[in-house]
Amino acid sequence: MDIKSMKNYLYWLYCQFELITCSYLMEPWEKVLFYTFNVSMLVMVAYTAYIFFPVHISTAFQFCLHLFGSQHENTVSVVK
Amino acid sequence: MERPERAAAALGAQPRANGCSGAAHGGLRNGYVRGLPAPDTQINHIVHNGGLYKRPFNEAFEETPMLVAVLTYVGYGVLTLFGYLRDFMRQWKIEKCQNAIEREEQKDFVPLYQDFENFYTRNLYMRIRDTWNRPICSVPGAKVDMMERVSHDYNWTFTYTGRVIKGVINMGSYNYLGFAQNDGTCQQAAAKVLSRYGAGVCSSRQEMGNLDKHEELEKLVARFLGVESAMAYGMGFATNSMNIPALVGKGCLILSDELNHASLVLGARLSGAAIRIFKHNNMQSLEKLLKDAIVHGQPRTRRPWKKILILVEGIYSMEGSIVRLPEVIALKKKYKSYLYLDEAHSIGALGPTGRGVVEYFGLNPEDVDVMMGTFTKSFGAAGGYIGGKKELIDYLRTHSHSAVYATSLSPPVVEQIITSMKCIMGEDGTTFGRECVQQLAENTRYFRRRLKEMGFIIYGNEDSPVVPLMLYMPAKIGAFGREMLKRNIGVVVVGFPATPIIESRARFCLSAAHTKEMLDTALKEINEVGDLLQLKYSRHRLVPLLDRPFDETTYEETED
Ligand SMILES: Cc1ncc(COP(=O)(O)O)c(C=O)c1O
Repeated sequence: MDIKSMKNYLYWLYCQFELITCSYLMEPWEKVLFYTFNVSMLVMVAYTAYIFFPVHISTAFQFCLHLFGSQHENTVSVVK
Repeated sequence: MERPERAAAALGAQPRANGCSGAAHGGLRNGYVRGLPAPDTQINHIVHNGGLYKRPFNEAFEETPMLVAVLTYVGYGVLTLFGYLRDFMRQWKIEKCQNAIEREEQKDFVPLYQDFENFYTRNLYMRIRDTWNRPICSVPGAKVDMMERVSHDYNWTFTYTGRVIKGVINMGSYNYLGFAQNDGTCQQAAAKVLSRYGAGVCSSRQEMGNLDKHEELEKLVARFLGVESAMAYGMGFATNSMNIPALVGKGCLILSDELNHASLVLGARLSGAAIRIFKHNNMQSLEKLLKDAIVHGQPRTRRPWKKILILVEGIYSMEGSIVRLPEVIALKKKYKSYLYLDEAHSIGALGPTGRGVVEYFGLNPEDVDVMMGTFTKSFGAAGGYIGGKKELIDYLRTHSHSAVYATSLSPPVVEQIITSMKCIMGEDGTTFGRECVQQLAENTRYFRRRLKEMGFIIYGNEDSPVVPLMLYMPAKIGAFGREMLKRNIGVVVVGFPATPIIESRARFCLSAAHTKEMLDTALKEINEVGDLLQLKYSRHRLVPLLDRPFDETTYEETED
């Protein structure tokens, strides 16, 4: 039962997305193009995030450490 | 500001729906609770120049929510991008081009068919074209039958399946008083006249086309309006676009509301007069234009304007707003200009006895110089009229193009108007017409109140039978029309260029012919579709019309 309502909700969300982006009005091949473009953009964003996020997080973490006093030499070098 | 001295004091202290005094009206027909204020009483009772109004004037426009506006632009952005893509493909012959294009030998000429609206028609309108021009095959009363049609090439062409969709609730026709009928007294009278006079007149009023029926109609219209004299024309649109040029010309100034109907705009342009546009129903804007016109006169020569004509409508058909007539008349008197009032939608639909917006506000018809209206809406017929002083009408009879050059009204149509008008006036010996006017007012209040409660954004005055429901997003225009028809309800949806690009809407027109059950069915389905399409945008933040942003730039719009 729960799965079903979840499915309904997802379908509803998809409808809203279609209405807002006007893909509701598109011909099938246009839809394919539109969704391919969107999905590839999304994948690229996700991939970029996956590659770069850990690096940035660790940099930020070290920067925080540096700010709050406990100074290690390599932190300073990272901040520079 | 000067106050209009003469004003019928007919309206009691207790304002009722549409100014109807509830006397002579035993048990409410549809059992509505009348005059009950909406639960969230955030409606701003606008009392600017309150002394001029004898009744509350509740007119509010809710702001477009920011998020909705942004998403609407996103939608148009996507559609525009795909439009360019499709155009590109058409140009390179990847896709068959189905719209009008230049002939091969004229390819290098200045293009005849290319402009933005063309792009819009080709790439946006075509996607939802099935929502418009649906052929109906019955009388457009409270319910209609529609011909089913399908498109196999994405709306470029349609084919009919031969089936008929029966009993669609009609929320789109301008059948305010329910006189669009194929039976009843009007039909019988018209049939009798048809068998006596035939359908065509084959001549203009100036020549052999002046029937006794026309004279009778004009006398009746003048009496109905409370003016000295009136004249009827075969087409409402032409009444405006042909008579304005007869009244004003070069050296005159026209002050026109920004949302005026295309016929008024066309008439104003044809006249050759200078046109200045004031913000919709905004009296400060109008007064500023009037003041400037009088102080500065004509551009360059600085001579005074020969005439100043103010063009307004009674009910604006896209916004559902009612003109602030008491203020307009006060301004007109103060600055000694003329007033042209187009009552196309308000005649029959407003006022306790259906006399239109003048009666609604309890004003004197003599204060309006040119009273124009149409028979197409409340009377269920065709044609238009102009009413006013006898001199004005006599002048128009010889100077108006649509009197001299256009074929006169068809006799059965004239009879339909005469019978329905007499019915509204109660001269047929019944109270049917009056009940229709009251029923319309009740339906209007009920429908508007319920829609507001559901959380839709509704524009306009609470007494206006034209009810615009905001849709905003382009995909929702098509979706709303289709979903409603699926549920057996016919609605009119409107988008650019009839409205600003982001303010697409559905427009319901109420009718006295709608019963409570029909309205309830319609409301239930609207509610459902509203949930499905997420149309309940209202945050109950109402902006009174006067506080709408008023930038001063408009007034130099058409400096001649
Ligand atoms: C304000 C206004 N004036 C004139 C007309 C034209 O009337 P008709 O349809 O009779 O030509 C309309 C019609 O929609 C209208 O709304």
